[in-house]
Amino acid sequence: MNPAVSAHELTKWFGEGDAKTFAVRGISFEAYFGEIFFIVGPSGSGKTTLLSMISGILRPNSGAVTIDSMDIWALKPDQIAEFRLNKVGFVFQDYHLFPRLTTAENVAIPLILKKRDWDESIREAAGYLEIVGLKNKAELPPMKLSGGEQQRVAIARALISQPDILIFDEPTASLDGDTGRRIMDFVKTSVLNDKRCILIVTHDSRIFEFADRIMKMEDGKIVGIENRRNGAE
Amino acid sequence: MNGTLKLAFKLLVNDKGKYAALLVGIMFAVFLMVQMTSIFSGILAKSSSTVINLGAQVWVMDPAVNNVANSIPMPDYVLDAVRSINGVKYAVPLYSGGALVKLRSGVFQSVTVLGLDDNSLFGRPELIAGKIEDIYAENAFIAVQDAEINKLGDIQLGTDFELNDHRGVIVGIAKVTASGLFGIPTLYTTYSRAIQYIPSTRFTISYILVEPKNNDAISHIKEQVKLLGYEALTKEEFMQKIANYYKYQTGLGTNIFIMTIVSFLVGLSISGQTFYTFILENLEKFGALKAIGAKGHELVYMILFQATFTALIGYGLGVGLCTLIITIAKLKVPDYSANITYTTLAFAFAMVLIIAAISSYIGIRKVLKIEPFDIFRG
Repeated sequence: MNPAVSAHELTKWFGEGDAKTFAVRGISFEAYFGEIFFIVGPSGSGKTTLLSMISGILRPNSGAVTIDSMDIWALKPDQIAEFRLNKVGFVFQDYHLFPRLTTAENVAIPLILKKRDWDESIREAAGYLEIVGLKNKAELPPMKLSGGEQQRVAIARALISQPDILIFDEPTASLDGDTGRRIMDFVKTSVLNDKRCILIVTHDSRIFEFADRIMKMEDGKIVGIENRRNGAE
Repeated sequence: MNGTLKLAFKLLVNDKGKYAALLVGIMFAVFLMVQMTSIFSGILAKSSSTVINLGAQVWVMDPAVNNVANSIPMPDYVLDAVRSINGVKYAVPLYSGGALVKLRSGVFQSVTVLGLDDNSLFGRPELIAGKIEDIYAENAFIAVQDAEINKLGDIQLGTDFELNDHRGVIVGIAKVTASGLFGIPTLYTTYSRAIQYIPSTRFTISYILVEPKNNDAISHIKEQVKLLGYEALTKEEFMQKIANYYKYQTGLGTNIFIMTIVSFLVGLSISGQTFYTFILENLEKFGALKAIGAKGHELVYMILFQATFTALIGYGLGVGLCTLIITIAKLKVPDYSANITYTTLAFAFAMVLIIAAISSYIGIRKVLKIEPFDIFRG
């Protein structure tokens, strides 16, 4: 199977000298198109740092990340930004929706950053809001929506640039159990496809059932990868 | 509008409270800066009103003269000497002095009296009532229709008054380009009548008004006048000398300058602080934009656009408010001196751009420092 993301010997530390702390120590793994890949572990295990390096946000001290046959950390800063815009969709833990923009305008942001026409972007955003079940909320500000609805807006924003890789940071942390499950169910049935890989960082064991594979981390290292479809690796 | 800039625009104006605070800050600063500099400009224009109204190209005076109202009389031979300089087409004497007139009502009123050369009436004003030749009539004076004329009572052709036990009669009413600074009416008469009616020193010529044959002759005239121990200045130089006097020798310029700087600082602190708060509140969102794929320079453009847009709108509102206040003030107080000139507008515009630049610099530094990783870390 063709890997969507390939991480090789990724290492990241913060600080220097006595203050030097390793967040990720020589991690290698592959995530594939058509799967939901969970990265789990206790706080401070390095999962967010790992996710940031994979998505082109945090430069590793050593190692490589290959996406679409391209070592992303060999790119220049503007090219990495372009890569994120075109290849990666982010759903942040706190959603980071703009309270002063309408829901549709929030969803349209990636297209606007791609220099697409404003009105055309808003129309397309309305289409994605329909996909996530918020057809009638396009003109509302995000603050008028419930937590679950805001999560869906964030998903629509991540989807609109049709990314190969979708990254969720603690997607259910701010949601109650039922809403969290509904969101994950929606992600599994409507967002995942054969040309997309979904990486999820989470603490929430209640949603582990939606994972195809779960990578467990501790102290910046992989302690195991569980294949939920075929048993442990 | 470019999509990214439209995004910046919406982020800015949809935050109505902050946007209003930014506009008020800049509007207030612009209002104060334009108001201060306009008042100063108005005072300078009025202080040179005699120079502007008489329109002579070259003025000869005692070097100690620093403003038009404080002339130092020159002996008659200076006039003859100036007339004999090569390049002088003609030269005429001017009397400029203050006097106290007693009106029919018994009220005493200070006036400025300008005595024009009897032969040429050089520098005569444009009349809106009466005939200029009537200035040669007995006791004839011409009153200037400006903000101060009402201080002479209900003045008409034939209105008479008393000046140093002499009778004076209004034979004409004139309009002038600029009215005076000191809030007193102006009367024109002939040079000979002026020195006859008004008690004066041994010398009587306040200024010599010179018409050079051509512009090239001016420097020669100036040199020759200097050899006489006097000073010849072009109209512009004389106005500049008067302006310098008010700027540097009266404290007026320093006070206006300090007030303008204070206005600038007030505007800068209000706008800078509000813009900084605006950026701080949106910092995570800018970080999210970075994470999504916005490039650093795109965020810089967005912030520059927000700061510049706010500055321009605030500038427009400030200038509009200032214009409104000055217009109302001039309607209520006719001799209110404030002129909004292109220079004052350009000065305020430059100051506003500096405010925008400093405010956006603070914001840009913050936004460029925020790492998308910080968004993930929360």
